[in-house]
Amino acid sequence: MTTALNDSPRTAPAAPRPVAPVRRGGKRAWARRAPLLPALVFLIVVTQLPFVATLVISLFNWNALAPDARRFAGFDNYITAASDADLRKSVLTTILLTVTVVLVSVVLGLLLAVLLDRKFRGRGLVRTLLITPFLLVPVSAALLWKHALYNPEYGLLNGAWTWIAGLFGDHSPAQPDWVSGMPLVAVETALVWQWTPFMMLILLAGLQSRPAEMMEAARLDGANAWQMFRFLTLPHLRRYLELGILLGSIYVVQNFDAVFTITSGGLGTANLPYTIYQTFYGAHEYGMASAAGVLVVIGTIVIATFALRVVSSLFREGGNQA
Amino acid sequence: MTAIATTSLPPMARRARRRSAALGLLAWVAGILFCLPVFWMLLTSLHSEPDAATNPPSLTASLTLDGYKKFFGAGGGADPAPALINSVTASVMSTLFVLVLALPAAYALSIRPVRKWTDAMFFFLSTKMLPVVAGLLPIYLFAKNAGMLDNVWLLVILYTSMNLPIAVWMLQSFLADIPVSVIEAAHMDGAGLPTVLVRIVAPLAGPGIAATSLICFIFSWNEMLFARVLTGVVAETAPVFLTSFVTSQGLFLAQLCAASVVVSLPVLVAGFAAQDKLVQGLSLGAVK
Repeated sequence: MTTALNDSPRTAPAAPRPVAPVRRGGKRAWARRAPLLPALVFLIVVTQLPFVATLVISLFNWNALAPDARRFAGFDNYITAASDADLRKSVLTTILLTVTVVLVSVVLGLLLAVLLDRKFRGRGLVRTLLITPFLLVPVSAALLWKHALYNPEYGLLNGAWTWIAGLFGDHSPAQPDWVSGMPLVAVETALVWQWTPFMMLILLAGLQSRPAEMMEAARLDGANAWQMFRFLTLPHLRRYLELGILLGSIYVVQNFDAVFTITSGGLGTANLPYTIYQTFYGAHEYGMASAAGVLVVIGTIVIATFALRVVSSLFREGGNQA
Repeated sequence: MTAIATTSLPPMARRARRRSAALGLLAWVAGILFCLPVFWMLLTSLHSEPDAATNPPSLTASLTLDGYKKFFGAGGGADPAPALINSVTASVMSTLFVLVLALPAAYALSIRPVRKWTDAMFFFLSTKMLPVVAGLLPIYLFAKNAGMLDNVWLLVILYTSMNLPIAVWMLQSFLADIPVSVIEAAHMDGAGLPTVLVRIVAPLAGPGIAATSLICFIFSWNEMLFARVLTGVVAETAPVFLTSFVTSQGLFLAQLCAASVVVSLPVLVAGFAAQDKLVQGLSLGAVK
């Protein structure tokens, strides 16, 4: 019989087995670690080293078009980055884009999850229909919205509007140019369309993990549908909502495809990933791009710290259920 | 008392049933509405160019495969085959590398866990939260100096690192379900780790490994920022080809929709195949 070490949380679901007592640094401990090492080393080399390099480059004044003028600049890039109007605007755009997309998709996803949490004919098929937008290649989805839906001359939005107005005798209705008229909303709508299914899937899993006896007991006690939703379902869903919001934020903060495809970062839609891409790929300002990159990382670490906490609490909660 | 109950129940039950039918219908309407842009893309891809660009839309125009034929080079445009082959290479090879690295790692995190295995798990996860743009420039400079720009194998390496944390988390949760006695028995019989992984772990965790592979495949296939910055004419992948296709050829809506359908098809197939495990994968194993 083996005994568990104190530092392994036995409540965690995925580790029902106790850790065998091994001497620290012993041969057997290394035998245990060996299978883990290739993955660990690979990941450190490919993901952590470049970031260290970014930190170093961010301290240099370095424009690729004038490589001879490269010199150590200390925190100059950060000062320039922090006072750069475009960059500051793109920070705001990133926040606005992320918050809008994540919140709207969570609300829509919750509504859809509640609808799908009941038995009805063709439920499996409806679920498949709903996740289809999420399974389009992001670039395809962005191109679809930009050209087939938003296009002012022959896009489906204006086309359908012409058709509907035609039914009422108006044969030359207004034909708005969606992308130039409301560029950020255009990008956000396309992203909400892709991310709502993701939220729905997570929240549906949350709804289906509600203890059936608890819901039944509440119903027998005469609770109505709204009371059950407000006082039982929502508290139970809290963790799932948090998880959806945080994972969604991490993915949407990094969005590049939709901004690049729909507006090419124009009309005030350039978010941080796009601006950094522009700074180094278009303007060859390596030092500046790196400083901006470091700033994004700091912002992400703030979100990620919360995200990790939520994931780890779900991780432990699952253990209690199992 | 009983008389009241029997007379008042049927209308109530009928109302409940009617409400339930209405909500079912609402779910159907929502599903169709959400999928409408996809249906529209499919329909437009099957129209001729003049029919695709009408206002109001011509729903009943005759169908044709011209869009697809032209996308595959019949009109003298750029040939998409190299880009599609690059995407297949990058996605499939990186998924294989991910499995080779993640399976032993997941084993050391679940079946025979190392000390502080949760710390290792969260280290893997934290790398996933580092924004891609933060490391893009050094990777670009490295690739440029090492002569690896425009090389599909560079993407294979990057996609492997991008998906490795997800795969470790997913596989860890699947491997933890394998009864430890089976594995102990195999080790008793003198089987080494590779044998145990291939002969025992892989078959027992088969569905989980399959779902993990499909999700890694989807993420690699979708990736565009690395591919955009690090590849050119030789190693460009399908998503990059899609964007350049629009700017270089002017707008051909039917052809563009056909191209989007073709490029999305592998992801749709993989996604539907992995449907049951999709949530678990996307939430990094936190939601089962």
